[in-house]
Amino acid sequence: MKITEKEVIYVAHLARLELTEEEVGKFTTQLNDILLYMEKLNQVNTENVEPMSHAITLSNAFRDDCVEESLHHTLSLSNAPDAHGDFFRVPRVID
Amino acid sequence: MELYELTIHELQEKLKRREVCAREILDSVFYRIGAVEEKIHAYISLMRETAYMQAEEADRHLSAGEGTEIMGIPIALKDILCTKGFPTTCGSRILENFIPPYDATVVEKLKAAGAVFVGKANMDEFAMGSSTETSYFGITRNPWNLERIPGGSSGGSAAAVAAHECIAALGSDTGGSIRQPAALCGVVGLKPTYGRVSRFGLIAFASSLDQIGPITKDVEDCAILMKYIAGYDPKESTSVPEPVPDYRQFLRRDIKGWKIGVPREYFIEGIDPEVERVVKGAISLLEREGAEVVEISLPHTPYCVATYYIIAPAEASSNLARYDGVKYGFRSPDGKDLLEMYKKTRSQGFGDEVKRRIIIGTYVLSAGYYEAYYKKASQVRALIRRDFDEAFSRVDVILTPTTPTAAFRLGEKRDDPIQMYLSDIFTISANLAGIPGISVPGGFTADGLPVGIQFLANHFQEGKLIQAASALEQLLISDKRRPSE
Repeated sequence: MKITEKEVIYVAHLARLELTEEEVGKFTTQLNDILLYMEKLNQVNTENVEPMSHAITLSNAFRDDCVEESLHHTLSLSNAPDAHGDFFRVPRVID
Repeated sequence: MELYELTIHELQEKLKRREVCAREILDSVFYRIGAVEEKIHAYISLMRETAYMQAEEADRHLSAGEGTEIMGIPIALKDILCTKGFPTTCGSRILENFIPPYDATVVEKLKAAGAVFVGKANMDEFAMGSSTETSYFGITRNPWNLERIPGGSSGGSAAAVAAHECIAALGSDTGGSIRQPAALCGVVGLKPTYGRVSRFGLIAFASSLDQIGPITKDVEDCAILMKYIAGYDPKESTSVPEPVPDYRQFLRRDIKGWKIGVPREYFIEGIDPEVERVVKGAISLLEREGAEVVEISLPHTPYCVATYYIIAPAEASSNLARYDGVKYGFRSPDGKDLLEMYKKTRSQGFGDEVKRRIIIGTYVLSAGYYEAYYKKASQVRALIRRDFDEAFSRVDVILTPTTPTAAFRLGEKRDDPIQMYLSDIFTISANLAGIPGISVPGGFTADGLPVGIQFLANHFQEGKLIQAASALEQLLISDKRRPSE
Protein backbone atom coordinates (compact mmCIF):
# COMPACT_ATOMS: atom_id res chain seq x y z
CA MET A 1 0.00 0.00 0.00
CA LYS A 2 1.39 3.38 -1.03
CA ILE A 3 -1.34 5.35 0.66
CA THR A 4 -3.77 4.31 3.41
CA GLU A 5 -7.37 5.38 3.95
CA LYS A 6 -6.23 7.46 6.89
CA GLU A 7 -3.75 9.33 4.72
CA VAL A 8 -6.35 9.93 2.02
CA ILE A 9 -8.67 11.47 4.62
CA TYR A 10 -5.83 13.62 5.96
CA VAL A 11 -4.69 14.84 2.51
CA ALA A 12 -8.32 15.55 1.60
CA HIS A 13 -8.59 17.61 4.78
CA LEU A 14 -5.48 19.60 3.78
CA ALA A 15 -7.18 20.30 0.46
CA ARG A 16 -10.39 21.22 2.28
CA LEU A 17 -12.34 18.29 0.91
CA GLU A 18 -14.69 16.10 2.89
CA LEU A 19 -15.09 12.57 1.55
CA THR A 20 -17.89 10.09 2.10
CA GLU A 21 -16.96 6.63 3.33
CA GLU A 22 -17.58 5.27 -0.14
CA GLU A 23 -15.32 7.94 -1.70
CA VAL A 24 -12.54 7.17 0.78
CA GLY A 25 -12.60 3.51 -0.24
CA LYS A 26 -12.74 4.21 -3.96
CA PHE A 27 -10.10 6.97 -3.93
CA THR A 28 -7.71 4.94 -1.78
CA THR A 29 -7.78 2.07 -4.28
CA GLN A 30 -7.46 4.39 -7.27
CA LEU A 31 -4.72 6.54 -5.72
CA ASN A 32 -2.74 3.42 -4.89
CA ASP A 33 -2.95 2.32 -8.51
CA ILE A 34 -1.93 5.77 -9.72
CA LEU A 35 0.98 6.11 -7.27
CA LEU A 36 2.13 2.61 -8.17
CA TYR A 37 2.10 3.58 -11.85
CA MET A 38 4.24 6.63 -11.00
CA GLU A 39 6.91 4.35 -9.50
CA LYS A 40 8.02 4.03 -13.13
CA LEU A 41 9.89 7.30 -12.77
CA ASN A 42 12.36 5.64 -10.41
CA GLN A 43 13.77 3.81 -13.43
CA VAL A 44 15.07 7.16 -14.74
CA ASN A 45 18.46 8.37 -13.64
CA THR A 46 18.01 12.05 -12.80
CA GLU A 47 21.27 12.64 -11.03
CA ASN A 48 22.48 16.22 -11.66
CA VAL A 49 19.39 17.05 -13.73
CA GLU A 50 18.07 20.52 -12.99
CA PRO A 51 14.25 20.32 -12.39
CA MET A 52 12.24 22.10 -15.08
CA SER A 53 9.32 24.22 -13.99
CA HIS A 54 8.63 26.18 -17.17
CA ALA A 55 8.69 25.36 -20.84
CA ILE A 56 10.08 28.66 -22.04
CA THR A 57 13.01 30.52 -20.56
CA LEU A 58 11.57 33.73 -19.26
CA SER A 59 13.01 36.76 -17.61
CA ASN A 60 10.92 38.78 -15.21
CA ALA A 61 7.99 40.55 -16.80
CA PHE A 62 7.99 44.14 -15.64
CA ARG A 63 5.81 47.01 -16.70
CA ASP A 64 6.13 50.72 -16.16
CA ASP A 65 5.19 51.78 -12.67
CA CYS A 66 2.12 53.77 -13.57
CA VAL A 67 -1.45 53.62 -12.39
CA GLU A 68 -3.85 51.78 -14.68
CA GLU A 69 -7.52 51.15 -14.37
CA SER A 70 -8.35 47.94 -12.54
CA LEU A 71 -11.55 46.03 -11.91
CA HIS A 72 -14.05 48.17 -10.01
CA HIS A 73 -14.81 46.77 -6.57
CA THR A 74 -18.54 46.51 -7.21
CA LEU A 75 -17.72 44.26 -10.16
CA SER A 76 -15.26 42.30 -8.04
CA LEU A 77 -18.05 41.67 -5.57
CA SER A 78 -20.69 40.95 -8.18
CA ASN A 79 -20.18 37.17 -8.09
CA ALA A 80 -19.85 36.82 -4.33
CA PRO A 81 -22.30 34.32 -2.81
CA ASP A 82 -22.68 36.65 0.18
CA ALA A 83 -21.51 40.22 -0.38
CA HIS A 84 -22.22 42.72 2.35
CA GLY A 85 -21.53 46.34 1.55
CA ASP A 86 -17.94 46.47 0.37
CA PHE A 87 -17.10 43.11 1.90
CA PHE A 88 -17.25 39.37 1.32
CA ARG A 89 -19.18 37.89 4.24
CA VAL A 90 -18.24 34.45 5.59
CA PRO A 91 -19.51 32.29 8.46
CA ARG A 92 -18.25 33.12 11.94
CA VAL A 93 -14.51 32.55 12.36
CA ILE A 94 -14.04 33.49 16.04
CA ASP A 95 -16.34 32.32 18.83
CA MET B 1 -24.03 23.01 -49.62
CA GLU B 2 -25.57 24.69 -46.62
CA LEU B 3 -23.76 27.72 -45.22
CA TYR B 4 -23.09 25.95 -41.91
CA GLU B 5 -21.03 23.34 -43.76
CA LEU B 6 -18.52 25.86 -45.08
CA THR B 7 -15.16 26.91 -43.70
CA ILE B 8 -14.04 30.33 -42.52
CA HIS B 9 -12.17 31.05 -45.74
CA GLU B 10 -15.07 29.92 -47.94
CA LEU B 11 -17.51 32.08 -46.00
CA GLN B 12 -15.12 35.00 -46.00
CA GLU B 13 -15.07 34.89 -49.81
CA LYS B 14 -18.86 34.88 -49.90
CA LEU B 15 -19.05 37.73 -47.41
CA LYS B 16 -16.52 39.75 -49.38
CA ARG B 17 -18.45 39.26 -52.58
CA ARG B 18 -21.61 40.17 -50.62
CA GLU B 19 -23.24 36.89 -51.67
CA VAL B 20 -24.33 36.33 -48.10
CA CYS B 21 -24.49 38.38 -44.95
CA ALA B 22 -23.32 37.44 -41.46
CA ARG B 23 -26.91 37.19 -40.29
CA GLU B 24 -27.71 34.51 -42.85
CA ILE B 25 -24.65 32.51 -41.83
CA LEU B 26 -25.72 32.71 -38.20
CA ASP B 27 -29.29 31.68 -39.11
CA SER B 28 -27.85 28.66 -40.86
CA VAL B 29 -25.68 27.69 -37.89
CA PHE B 30 -28.57 28.04 -35.44
CA TYR B 31 -30.77 26.03 -37.80
CA ARG B 32 -28.15 23.27 -37.69
CA ILE B 33 -27.93 23.51 -33.89
CA GLY B 34 -31.72 23.12 -33.74
CA ALA B 35 -31.44 19.95 -35.83
CA VAL B 36 -28.60 18.11 -34.09
CA GLU B 37 -27.79 19.64 -30.70
CA GLU B 38 -30.30 17.45 -28.88
CA LYS B 39 -28.29 14.40 -29.95
CA ILE B 40 -24.76 15.80 -29.69
CA HIS B 41 -24.95 18.20 -26.74
CA ALA B 42 -21.85 20.13 -27.77
CA TYR B 43 -22.82 23.26 -25.85
CA ILE B 44 -23.30 24.15 -22.21
CA SER B 45 -25.00 27.39 -23.20
CA LEU B 46 -25.90 29.26 -26.36
CA MET B 47 -25.28 32.98 -26.85
CA ARG B 48 -28.08 33.52 -29.35
CA GLU B 49 -29.01 37.06 -28.35
CA THR B 50 -25.51 38.56 -28.35
CA ALA B 51 -24.59 36.49 -31.42
CA TYR B 52 -27.29 38.21 -33.48
CA MET B 53 -26.13 41.59 -32.23
CA GLN B 54 -22.57 40.72 -33.25
CA ALA B 55 -23.72 39.46 -36.64
CA GLU B 56 -25.61 42.69 -37.31
CA GLU B 57 -22.60 44.72 -36.23
CA ALA B 58 -20.42 42.62 -38.57
CA ASP B 59 -22.86 43.23 -41.43
CA ARG B 60 -22.66 46.98 -40.82
CA HIS B 61 -18.86 46.82 -41.07
CA LEU B 62 -18.97 44.57 -44.11
CA SER B 63 -21.35 46.84 -45.97
CA ALA B 64 -19.04 49.75 -45.19
CA GLY B 65 -16.30 47.77 -46.91
CA GLU B 66 -14.48 47.01 -43.68
CA GLY B 67 -13.67 43.44 -42.88
CA THR B 68 -11.26 40.97 -41.38
CA GLU B 69 -10.81 37.31 -42.23
CA ILE B 70 -13.14 36.35 -39.38
CA MET B 71 -15.68 39.17 -39.52
CA GLY B 72 -19.15 37.68 -39.13
CA ILE B 73 -17.89 34.10 -38.62
CA PRO B 74 -19.77 32.05 -35.98
CA ILE B 75 -17.29 30.64 -33.47
CA ALA B 76 -17.78 28.42 -30.41
CA LEU B 77 -15.79 29.05 -27.24
CA LYS B 78 -14.83 26.33 -24.81
CA ASP B 79 -16.55 27.17 -21.54
CA ILE B 80 -13.18 27.62 -19.85
CA LEU B 81 -12.73 31.03 -21.51
CA CYS B 82 -14.11 34.00 -19.62
CA THR B 83 -16.82 35.92 -21.43
CA LYS B 84 -17.77 39.24 -19.91
CA GLY B 85 -21.35 39.25 -18.67
CA PHE B 86 -22.02 35.69 -19.83
CA PRO B 87 -21.86 32.57 -17.60
CA THR B 88 -18.57 30.67 -17.72
CA THR B 89 -18.79 27.36 -15.89
CA CYS B 90 -15.64 25.40 -16.73
CA GLY B 91 -17.96 22.38 -16.77
CA SER B 92 -18.26 22.55 -12.99
CA ARG B 93 -21.04 22.98 -10.47
CA ILE B 94 -18.72 25.22 -8.47
CA LEU B 95 -18.84 27.85 -11.25
CA GLU B 96 -22.43 27.20 -12.32
CA ASN B 97 -23.48 30.80 -11.67
CA PHE B 98 -20.19 32.54 -12.36
CA ILE B 99 -20.47 35.56 -14.64
CA PRO B 100 -17.00 36.90 -15.48
CA PRO B 101 -16.54 40.65 -15.16
CA TYR B 102 -14.04 40.62 -18.04
CA ASP B 103 -13.25 38.87 -21.31
CA ALA B 104 -10.33 36.51 -21.82
CA THR B 105 -7.73 38.18 -24.05
CA VAL B 106 -8.45 35.74 -26.91
CA VAL B 107 -12.17 36.53 -26.63
CA GLU B 108 -11.42 40.24 -26.71
CA LYS B 109 -9.20 39.79 -29.77
CA LEU B 110 -11.76 37.75 -31.70
CA LYS B 111 -14.47 40.23 -30.72
CA ALA B 112 -12.36 43.14 -31.96
CA ALA B 113 -11.96 41.34 -35.29
CA GLY B 114 -15.73 40.97 -35.64
CA ALA B 115 -16.21 37.28 -34.83
CA VAL B 116 -19.65 36.09 -33.72
CA PHE B 117 -19.84 33.89 -30.61
CA VAL B 118 -22.36 31.08 -30.92
CA GLY B 119 -22.06 29.61 -27.44
CA LYS B 120 -19.95 28.05 -24.73
CA ALA B 121 -18.84 24.53 -25.57
CA ASN B 122 -19.02 21.57 -23.22
CA MET B 123 -15.86 20.22 -21.61
CA ASP B 124 -14.56 17.94 -18.91
CA GLU B 125 -14.84 19.61 -15.52
CA PHE B 126 -11.92 22.05 -15.20
CA ALA B 127 -10.53 20.44 -18.38
CA MET B 128 -9.67 17.30 -16.39
CA GLY B 129 -10.55 14.39 -18.61
CA SER B 130 -10.15 12.90 -22.05
CA SER B 131 -13.77 12.16 -22.92
CA THR B 132 -15.97 15.11 -21.84
CA GLU B 133 -17.72 12.67 -19.51
CA THR B 134 -16.75 14.55 -16.34
CA SER B 135 -18.76 17.67 -17.24
CA TYR B 136 -21.31 18.60 -14.58
CA PHE B 137 -23.64 19.55 -17.45
CA GLY B 138 -23.83 16.13 -19.09
CA ILE B 139 -21.91 14.26 -21.74
CA THR B 140 -21.22 15.19 -25.37
CA ARG B 141 -21.53 12.55 -28.09
CA ASN B 142 -19.23 12.01 -31.05
CA PRO B 143 -20.92 13.17 -34.29
CA TRP B 144 -19.36 10.21 -36.15
CA ASN B 145 -20.92 7.67 -33.80
CA LEU B 146 -23.29 8.68 -31.03
CA GLU B 147 -22.25 5.77 -28.80
CA ARG B 148 -18.68 7.06 -28.72
CA ILE B 149 -16.96 9.81 -26.76
CA PRO B 150 -15.88 12.95 -28.63
CA GLY B 151 -12.59 13.06 -26.74
CA GLY B 152 -11.73 15.70 -24.23
CA SER B 153 -11.39 17.91 -22.55
CA SER B 154 -12.39 20.22 -25.45
CA GLY B 155 -14.93 17.61 -26.60
CA GLY B 156 -17.74 20.13 -27.00
CA SER B 157 -15.63 22.39 -29.21
CA ALA B 158 -14.47 19.52 -31.44
CA ALA B 159 -17.95 17.97 -31.69
CA ALA B 160 -19.49 21.38 -32.50
CA VAL B 161 -17.02 21.85 -35.37
CA ALA B 162 -17.46 18.29 -36.67
CA ALA B 163 -21.27 18.48 -36.48
CA HIS B 164 -21.26 21.95 -38.13
CA GLU B 165 -22.83 23.56 -35.07
CA CYS B 166 -20.30 26.37 -35.52
CA ILE B 167 -17.77 27.26 -38.21
CA ALA B 168 -14.74 27.03 -35.92
CA ALA B 169 -13.98 26.87 -32.21
CA LEU B 170 -11.44 27.61 -29.54
CA GLY B 171 -10.31 24.96 -27.10
CA SER B 172 -7.55 24.63 -24.54
CA ASP B 173 -4.87 21.97 -24.28
CA THR B 174 -3.04 20.97 -21.09
CA GLY B 175 -2.14 17.39 -22.05
CA GLY B 176 -3.84 16.93 -25.41
CA SER B 177 -7.25 18.50 -24.82
CA ILE B 178 -7.33 20.18 -28.25
CA ARG B 179 -5.51 17.59 -30.35
CA GLN B 180 -7.11 14.44 -28.93
CA PRO B 181 -10.77 15.50 -29.42
CA ALA B 182 -9.88 17.03 -32.82
CA ALA B 183 -8.44 13.64 -33.84
CA LEU B 184 -11.42 11.67 -32.55
CA CYS B 185 -13.92 14.02 -34.21
CA GLY B 186 -12.07 14.22 -37.54
CA VAL B 187 -11.19 17.92 -37.43
CA VAL B 188 -8.03 20.02 -37.13
CA GLY B 189 -6.73 21.14 -33.73
CA LEU B 190 -3.59 23.06 -32.86
CA LYS B 191 -1.89 23.52 -29.51
CA PRO B 192 0.45 26.49 -29.86
CA THR B 193 3.86 26.87 -28.24
CA TYR B 194 3.61 27.67 -24.54
CA GLY B 195 3.54 31.47 -24.39
CA ARG B 196 2.35 31.96 -27.98
CA VAL B 197 -1.25 32.73 -26.97
CA SER B 198 -2.22 34.71 -23.88
CA ARG B 199 -3.81 32.66 -21.12
CA PHE B 200 -5.41 35.72 -19.51
CA GLY B 201 -9.04 34.82 -18.81
CA LEU B 202 -8.45 31.11 -19.39
CA ILE B 203 -9.55 29.42 -16.17
CA ALA B 204 -6.34 27.85 -14.88
CA PHE B 205 -5.83 24.09 -14.66
CA ALA B 206 -2.04 23.56 -14.83
CA SER B 207 -0.45 26.91 -15.54
CA SER B 208 2.89 25.66 -16.88
CA LEU B 209 1.11 23.45 -19.44
CA ASP B 210 -2.14 25.21 -20.46
CA GLN B 211 -2.47 26.76 -23.92
CA ILE B 212 -5.45 28.00 -25.93
CA GLY B 213 -5.75 27.03 -29.59
CA PRO B 214 -8.08 26.66 -32.57
CA ILE B 215 -10.24 23.68 -33.57
CA THR B 216 -11.29 24.01 -37.21
CA LYS B 217 -12.65 22.20 -40.25
CA ASP B 218 -9.42 22.55 -42.20
CA VAL B 219 -5.80 23.67 -41.88
CA GLU B 220 -6.41 26.99 -43.61
CA ASP B 221 -9.00 27.96 -40.99
CA CYS B 222 -6.54 26.95 -38.30
CA ALA B 223 -3.92 29.27 -39.83
CA ILE B 224 -6.45 32.09 -39.96
CA LEU B 225 -7.57 31.77 -36.32
CA MET B 226 -3.99 31.49 -35.07
CA LYS B 227 -3.17 34.89 -36.52
CA TYR B 228 -5.97 36.47 -34.51
CA ILE B 229 -5.35 34.83 -31.16
CA ALA B 230 -1.53 34.72 -30.99
CA GLY B 231 0.70 37.42 -29.60
CA TYR B 232 2.09 39.08 -26.53
CA ASP B 233 -0.30 40.29 -23.85
CA PRO B 234 0.88 42.65 -21.11
CA LYS B 235 -1.75 41.07 -18.83
CA GLU B 236 -0.12 37.64 -19.11
CA SER B 237 3.46 37.49 -17.92
CA THR B 238 4.26 34.15 -19.58
CA SER B 239 3.12 35.27 -23.01
CA VAL B 240 6.12 35.78 -25.26
CA PRO B 241 6.82 38.92 -27.30
CA GLU B 242 7.64 37.06 -30.53
CA PRO B 243 6.26 38.52 -33.76
CA VAL B 244 3.18 36.72 -35.14
CA PRO B 245 3.53 35.70 -38.79
CA ASP B 246 0.61 35.43 -41.18
CA TYR B 247 0.26 31.66 -40.93
CA ARG B 248 -1.57 31.49 -44.26
CA GLN B 249 1.76 31.89 -46.04
CA PHE B 250 2.60 28.31 -44.97
CA LEU B 251 -0.40 26.77 -46.73
CA ARG B 252 -0.08 24.64 -49.86
CA ARG B 253 3.71 24.86 -49.96
CA ASP B 254 5.61 21.73 -50.75
CA ILE B 255 7.63 19.81 -48.22
CA LYS B 256 10.21 18.37 -50.57
CA GLY B 257 13.44 17.69 -48.79
CA TRP B 258 11.87 18.06 -45.36
CA LYS B 259 13.07 15.68 -42.72
CA ILE B 260 10.13 14.12 -40.90
CA GLY B 261 11.02 12.28 -37.71
CA VAL B 262 9.02 9.25 -36.66
CA PRO B 263 9.75 8.28 -33.05
CA ARG B 264 10.05 4.53 -32.66
CA GLU B 265 8.70 4.73 -29.08
CA TYR B 266 5.29 5.83 -30.40
CA PHE B 267 4.56 2.57 -32.15
CA ILE B 268 4.12 0.57 -29.02
CA GLU B 269 1.99 -2.19 -27.73
CA GLY B 270 -1.52 -0.88 -27.20
CA ILE B 271 -1.66 1.13 -30.40
CA ASP B 272 -4.66 0.04 -32.43
CA PRO B 273 -3.59 -1.71 -35.66
CA GLU B 274 -6.14 0.38 -37.55
CA VAL B 275 -4.54 3.58 -36.25
CA GLU B 276 -1.12 2.26 -37.13
CA ARG B 277 -2.30 1.48 -40.67
CA VAL B 278 -3.60 5.05 -41.17
CA VAL B 279 -0.42 6.59 -39.77
CA LYS B 280 1.83 4.43 -41.93
CA GLY B 281 -0.32 5.39 -44.92
CA ALA B 282 0.22 9.08 -44.17
CA ILE B 283 3.96 8.51 -43.82
CA SER B 284 4.25 6.89 -47.23
CA LEU B 285 2.15 9.64 -48.86
CA LEU B 286 4.52 12.27 -47.48
CA GLU B 287 7.52 10.25 -48.59
CA ARG B 288 6.13 10.12 -52.10
CA GLU B 289 5.89 13.91 -51.96
CA GLY B 290 9.62 14.11 -51.45
CA ALA B 291 9.89 14.29 -47.67
CA GLU B 292 12.59 12.23 -46.07
CA VAL B 293 11.26 10.09 -43.24
CA VAL B 294 13.77 9.35 -40.51
CA GLU B 295 13.35 7.09 -37.54
CA ILE B 296 14.19 8.97 -34.36
CA SER B 297 14.18 8.15 -30.69
CA LEU B 298 12.49 10.03 -27.86
CA PRO B 299 13.78 7.71 -25.14
CA HIS B 300 11.80 9.23 -22.25
CA THR B 301 8.42 8.72 -23.93
CA PRO B 302 7.42 5.85 -21.59
CA TYR B 303 7.65 8.28 -18.64
CA CYS B 304 5.50 11.10 -20.05
CA VAL B 305 2.17 10.00 -18.58
CA ALA B 306 3.56 9.46 -15.07
CA THR B 307 5.40 12.80 -15.22
CA TYR B 308 2.32 14.61 -16.41
CA TYR B 309 0.01 13.07 -13.82
CA ILE B 310 2.26 14.39 -11.08
CA ILE B 311 2.91 17.86 -12.45
CA ALA B 312 -0.58 18.66 -13.73
CA PRO B 313 -2.45 17.64 -10.52
CA ALA B 314 0.18 19.43 -8.41
CA GLU B 315 -0.44 22.68 -10.25
CA ALA B 316 -4.18 22.04 -10.29
CA SER B 317 -4.37 21.49 -6.54
CA SER B 318 -2.82 24.90 -6.08
CA ASN B 319 -4.88 26.66 -8.79
CA LEU B 320 -8.16 25.21 -7.54
CA ALA B 321 -7.56 26.36 -3.96
CA ARG B 322 -9.25 29.60 -4.99
CA TYR B 323 -12.69 27.93 -5.10
CA ASP B 324 -13.60 28.51 -1.49
CA GLY B 325 -17.18 29.74 -1.69
CA VAL B 326 -16.16 33.26 -0.69
CA LYS B 327 -15.33 35.40 -3.72
CA TYR B 328 -17.38 33.81 -6.50
CA GLY B 329 -19.07 30.60 -7.50
CA PHE B 330 -21.06 28.11 -5.52
CA ARG B 331 -21.23 28.20 -1.70
CA SER B 332 -22.75 25.34 0.22
CA PRO B 333 -25.38 26.59 2.67
CA ASP B 334 -24.54 23.72 5.06
CA GLY B 335 -21.34 25.00 6.68
CA LYS B 336 -21.72 26.18 10.26
CA ASP B 337 -18.25 27.63 10.56
CA LEU B 338 -15.63 28.74 8.04
CA LEU B 339 -13.75 25.44 7.81
CA GLU B 340 -16.94 23.48 7.37
CA MET B 341 -18.15 25.97 4.76
CA TYR B 342 -14.94 25.47 2.75
CA LYS B 343 -15.16 21.71 2.94
CA LYS B 344 -18.85 21.42 2.11
CA THR B 345 -18.57 23.94 -0.72
CA ARG B 346 -15.65 22.16 -2.34
CA SER B 347 -16.99 18.65 -1.75
CA GLN B 348 -20.39 19.48 -3.22
CA GLY B 349 -19.01 21.78 -5.92
CA PHE B 350 -16.34 19.52 -7.45
CA GLY B 351 -16.88 16.21 -9.22
CA ASP B 352 -14.94 12.98 -8.74
CA GLU B 353 -12.11 13.48 -11.22
CA VAL B 354 -11.37 16.97 -9.91
CA LYS B 355 -11.33 15.72 -6.31
CA ARG B 356 -9.07 12.85 -7.29
CA ARG B 357 -6.58 15.20 -8.91
CA ILE B 358 -6.68 17.72 -6.07
CA ILE B 359 -5.87 14.90 -3.64
CA ILE B 360 -3.04 13.53 -5.82
CA GLY B 361 -1.67 17.05 -6.28
CA THR B 362 -1.81 17.84 -2.59
CA TYR B 363 -0.18 14.51 -1.79
CA VAL B 364 2.75 14.84 -4.22
CA LEU B 365 3.46 18.36 -2.98
CA SER B 366 3.26 17.52 0.71
CA ALA B 367 6.27 17.40 2.99
CA GLY B 368 8.02 14.06 2.76
CA TYR B 369 6.74 13.26 -0.72
CA TYR B 370 7.76 16.38 -2.63
CA GLU B 371 11.23 15.10 -3.52
CA ALA B 372 10.07 11.63 -4.49
CA TYR B 373 7.26 12.84 -6.74
CA TYR B 374 7.16 16.48 -7.75
CA LYS B 375 10.88 17.11 -7.89
CA LYS B 376 11.52 13.80 -9.62
CA ALA B 377 8.81 14.53 -12.19
CA SER B 378 10.24 18.01 -12.84
CA GLN B 379 13.63 16.43 -13.51
CA VAL B 380 12.18 13.84 -15.88
CA ARG B 381 10.34 16.71 -17.55
CA ALA B 382 13.71 18.33 -18.28
CA LEU B 383 14.89 15.08 -19.87
CA ILE B 384 11.73 14.86 -22.00
CA ARG B 385 12.41 18.36 -23.26
CA ARG B 386 16.03 17.41 -23.96
CA ASP B 387 14.81 14.50 -26.10
CA PHE B 388 12.92 16.97 -28.29
CA ASP B 389 15.84 19.43 -28.46
CA GLU B 390 17.98 16.64 -29.80
CA ALA B 391 15.33 15.43 -32.24
CA PHE B 392 14.74 18.90 -33.67
CA SER B 393 18.42 19.35 -34.36
CA ARG B 394 17.95 16.55 -36.90
CA VAL B 395 14.38 16.89 -38.24
CA ASP B 396 11.93 19.64 -39.27
CA VAL B 397 8.86 18.07 -37.73
CA ILE B 398 7.93 14.90 -35.89
CA LEU B 399 5.00 12.78 -37.04
CA THR B 400 3.05 10.54 -34.63
CA PRO B 401 -0.46 9.20 -34.20
CA THR B 402 -2.48 11.72 -32.15
CA THR B 403 -4.10 8.95 -30.13
CA PRO B 404 -3.45 5.22 -29.65
CA THR B 405 -7.05 4.32 -30.62
CA ALA B 406 -10.00 5.92 -32.37
CA ALA B 407 -12.92 7.22 -30.24
CA PHE B 408 -13.76 4.74 -27.49
CA ARG B 409 -17.23 3.90 -26.21
CA LEU B 410 -19.08 6.12 -23.75
CA GLY B 411 -18.44 4.83 -20.23
CA GLU B 412 -15.65 2.49 -21.35
CA LYS B 413 -12.90 4.14 -19.30
CA ARG B 414 -14.95 6.27 -16.91
CA ASP B 415 -14.08 4.26 -13.81
CA ASP B 416 -10.50 3.46 -14.72
CA PRO B 417 -8.42 6.62 -14.30
CA ILE B 418 -5.15 5.10 -15.54
CA GLN B 419 -6.69 3.75 -18.76
CA MET B 420 -8.24 7.18 -19.30
CA TYR B 421 -4.87 8.89 -18.64
CA LEU B 422 -3.14 6.57 -21.13
CA SER B 423 -5.36 7.83 -23.94
CA ASP B 424 -3.25 11.03 -23.81
CA ILE B 425 0.02 9.13 -24.17
CA PHE B 426 1.02 10.73 -27.50
CA THR B 427 -0.08 14.28 -26.78
CA ILE B 428 1.21 14.92 -23.26
CA SER B 429 4.90 15.28 -24.16
CA ALA B 430 4.30 18.44 -26.21
CA ASN B 431 2.81 20.18 -23.16
CA LEU B 432 5.64 19.06 -20.92
CA ALA B 433 8.22 20.34 -23.43
CA GLY B 434 6.18 23.45 -24.30
CA ILE B 435 6.36 22.75 -28.03
CA PRO B 436 3.48 23.19 -30.50
CA GLY B 437 1.49 20.29 -31.95
CA ILE B 438 -1.26 19.92 -34.51
CA SER B 439 -3.69 17.09 -35.17
CA VAL B 440 -4.98 16.75 -38.72
CA PRO B 441 -7.37 14.10 -40.07
CA GLY B 442 -5.40 11.20 -41.53
CA GLY B 443 -8.07 8.70 -42.51
CA PHE B 444 -10.54 6.26 -41.00
CA THR B 445 -10.67 2.95 -39.21
CA ALA B 446 -12.55 0.07 -40.80
CA ASP B 447 -15.52 1.10 -38.60
CA GLY B 448 -15.49 4.55 -40.16
CA LEU B 449 -14.08 6.40 -37.15
CA PRO B 450 -11.64 9.25 -37.82
CA VAL B 451 -7.94 8.89 -37.01
CA GLY B 452 -5.69 11.89 -36.38
CA ILE B 453 -2.09 12.46 -37.42
CA GLN B 454 -0.05 14.62 -35.08
CA PHE B 455 2.85 16.82 -36.14
CA LEU B 456 5.15 18.32 -33.52
CA ALA B 457 7.66 21.11 -34.13
CA ASN B 458 10.15 23.10 -32.12
CA HIS B 459 9.16 26.16 -30.07
CA PHE B 460 7.46 28.89 -32.15
CA GLN B 461 7.52 26.76 -35.31
CA GLU B 462 3.73 26.74 -35.76
CA GLY B 463 4.41 27.70 -39.39
CA LYS B 464 6.08 24.36 -39.98
CA LEU B 465 3.10 22.56 -38.45
CA ILE B 466 0.71 24.40 -40.73
CA GLN B 467 2.91 23.61 -43.73
CA ALA B 468 3.19 19.88 -42.94
CA ALA B 469 -0.51 19.53 -42.00
CA SER B 470 -1.59 21.45 -45.09
CA ALA B 471 0.58 19.22 -47.31
CA LEU B 472 -0.96 16.07 -45.82
CA GLU B 473 -4.45 17.53 -46.09
CA GLN B 474 -3.93 18.20 -49.81
CA LEU B 475 -2.80 14.62 -50.32
CA LEU B 476 -5.86 13.22 -48.56
CA ILE B 477 -8.42 15.54 -50.10
CA SER B 478 -10.07 12.71 -52.07
CA ASP B 479 -11.51 11.15 -48.89
CA LYS B 480 -13.93 13.86 -47.84
CA ARG B 481 -16.19 11.80 -45.62
CA ARG B 482 -18.64 13.52 -43.33
CA PRO B 483 -19.99 12.51 -39.94
CA SER B 484 -23.30 10.71 -39.77
CA GLU B 485 -24.73 13.41 -37.47
